Amino acid sequence: MSIDMAQFHQVFFEESFEGLDTMESGLLDLNTGDVDVDEINMIFRAAHSIKGGSGTFGFTAVSDFTHVMETLLDEMRDGRRLVTQSAVDALLGSVDCLRAMLTAIQDEQAVDTQNVAEHKKVLEVELTRGADSSPVASQESATSEQVSDPVAITAHEANVEGWNISFSPHPNMLKTGNDPVRMFRELAELGELTSTADFLGVPDIHNLEPEECAISWKLHLKGNTAEQDIEEIFSWVEDECDFAIQKIQSTVQSVSPVAETTDSTTTVQPDEQTSKEDKETTAEATKPVASKKPVKDKKETAKPANKSSGSIRVDTTKIDTLINMVGELVITQSMLSLVGEHFEINKLDQLKTGLSQLERHTRELQESVMNIRMLPISFVFSRFPRLVHDLSSKLGKKIELKLVGENTEVDKTVVELLSDPLVHLVRNSLDHGIEMPEDRIAAGKPETGTVILEAYHRGGNIVIEVVDDGKGLNKDKLRAKAIEKGLIDEDAILTDKQTYELIFMPGFSTAEKLTDVSGRGVGMDVVRRNIQSLGGNIEIISELGKGSTISIHLPLTLAILDGQSISVGDERYIVPLGSIIESININEDMVNRIAGKGETFRLRDEFLPIVRMHDIFHVESAKATKLTDGLVVVVEGQGVKCGLFVDDLLGQQQVVIKSLEANYRRVEGISGATILGDGSVALILDIPGLVRLANQ
Amino acid sequence: MTNILAVDDSASMRQMVSFTLKGAGYSVVEAVDGVDALNKAKSEKFDCVVTDVNMPNKDGIALIKDLRTLPDYKFTPLLMLTTESGMDKKQQGKEAGATGWIVKPFNPDQLLKTIKKVIG
Repeated sequence: MSIDMAQFHQVFFEESFEGLDTMESGLLDLNTGDVDVDEINMIFRAAHSIKGGSGTFGFTAVSDFTHVMETLLDEMRDGRRLVTQSAVDALLGSVDCLRAMLTAIQDEQAVDTQNVAEHKKVLEVELTRGADSSPVASQESATSEQVSDPVAITAHEANVEGWNISFSPHPNMLKTGNDPVRMFRELAELGELTSTADFLGVPDIHNLEPEECAISWKLHLKGNTAEQDIEEIFSWVEDECDFAIQKIQSTVQSVSPVAETTDSTTTVQPDEQTSKEDKETTAEATKPVASKKPVKDKKETAKPANKSSGSIRVDTTKIDTLINMVGELVITQSMLSLVGEHFEINKLDQLKTGLSQLERHTRELQESVMNIRMLPISFVFSRFPRLVHDLSSKLGKKIELKLVGENTEVDKTVVELLSDPLVHLVRNSLDHGIEMPEDRIAAGKPETGTVILEAYHRGGNIVIEVVDDGKGLNKDKLRAKAIEKGLIDEDAILTDKQTYELIFMPGFSTAEKLTDVSGRGVGMDVVRRNIQSLGGNIEIISELGKGSTISIHLPLTLAILDGQSISVGDERYIVPLGSIIESININEDMVNRIAGKGETFRLRDEFLPIVRMHDIFHVESAKATKLTDGLVVVVEGQGVKCGLFVDDLLGQQQVVIKSLEANYRRVEGISGATILGDGSVALILDIPGLVRLANQ
Repeated sequence: MTNILAVDDSASMRQMVSFTLKGAGYSVVEAVDGVDALNKAKSEKFDCVVTDVNMPNKDGIALIKDLRTLPDYKFTPLLMLTTESGMDKKQQGKEAGATGWIVKPFNPDQLLKTIKKVIG
């Protein structure tokens, strides 16, 4: 039977990367000098799984490497070795190395064997450091011992006519699920088998324990069979039977005494040989990379590996809900078809009930399907402990990272695209926000700075905050910088908010010296652009000397939107519900017209521009052209408010977003399209774009 | 049909075992750890259990120990999948009541051979 192992590779890679993340966060949580067995166990298990899988799927370079890590972890777990910073660092380095190896294999690229050899060396140096209990040495000796055995066995093999085997199971052998008949059947496959059962040990019927084995056997196996093949059959029950094997040779001369061969050390399984090779390679590895290794790697990469197929791991409860929901839907469907079959008017109530059920189930089904795409934000957050650990030691700062709301769920696409902007923000906080320990003490703050990464849901949005208790933004400095860079006029009047917003302008950098940690000021505007492309926005609040908070607001999902449909003439548009503040009827007193700058209306204390939808989208069938005839929908996008002048408000509904760009082209003020219940197409408004459009 | 329970916390190994056995005509149920496996074993009778050793929640050795206390699994073949070629894990497994072991890395053929061996 041949099975294409490549089909399991994708899953293997996914779980291995997950395992590496577990190892990484576990290692970061380890305290020097401490032996936290649970934590180490968890790390060990992850390494162990990667080793097992990579061995099975033929990635020997990976399993060899993991073996060394595992040995080190095993000693820590047993308490034979203390957790030292250097060991943790070596292991963290290996995690990176392993990640690179797996990535390379997955992408069918060559593995950087130089890098692997270096990391392996670091690990081995670490291993030899605890030399008093060096397991490497003991393994080596064990290996050489075992290796000599098959050689010895083959030497005996000539002229074997057959074997006499005496086999007396201990009473409890059956209770391990081992069946003598099974073993005899296997023996019979090796040669002609004759067996004689000995019932002498069987007690009389009154004392008989049916679950115990009281019979013993004398077996005779004809033919030139290798001793190890016979022993392998009995290897599982070694300790649960008396077993003796005697060679029948054509030359009478060397009948070996039975006891000698039953010695447990001579038992060799084919399986064990494989793992022996494994050990040998490890033992060998103290030498610089063996020359055969790159060849092996090439072989691995030559195999067609599944390219990232955009798969997703889903909690089984979510699938169960989905299945449940489909079941309900099927029931409703059958009920409806029953009603429809011989429809009479008195069944109208039944039909209505059925339809409302159908509606509810469809909505629930939709929600559950959307839910499948939702991943906990911990997928993004989990990389930060390592980042903060590495960066803070590089910067010489003391920083504690707190993660809050890691289980907050967000759409997979958002998760993937959020990672880079967040890294940038956290780096900024570490580099520019948190002060050096001595500065903090001088400022009367705790020596260790805190960075909080928090996620939570608010309305239809997910909010992610990066909070630090560092030095905060200096408004005067920001302003001076912006003037110096020519980003604003010298006499520009800016609110606090607008001043902070300056850091999002292209080409702005506040650090006097550029560091390699947070780049050179090209970042923040890119961050903002990325967030905006996800349909979100970013804000910063800061207090000098106290710290800064950067908040990112993002829609929960990019595929579905809660929308308010509005009508302008014959056209329908969808306004994202999250951007609507209120809808009002206005009267002429509220309206101001400014020559050349359009219309505004006063809403309480604010003057907001009016955007006439029928003008912007050239809808000639618009019913309301006088402001008093229609409605004004007050919307907010990226901190700017305006009033959309429309004919009427229709219903609220969830709409599935279809890309306009993919099917037509980009249109300013429109973020996409959707298909309504009656089959007609409605355009989804892009509020910030619309505001921009209105201002032109 | 012969019913086998495949227990492993690693999805790729579990799938590989399950796929191989299903391909050979066995009926296979998967479990992700010892606790999951024990629950499944209680609600359905399996003719053979193949379990990984190193697992969260309940490891393979504890699982075997628990299974052996159930009347239905007194004589059932219970196999461990283990990377530890050293005797200590095997010994612990045997003491818990394991029938035998399959040493990782193994290929589908080796797995099938061993399964055939215990359930005929």
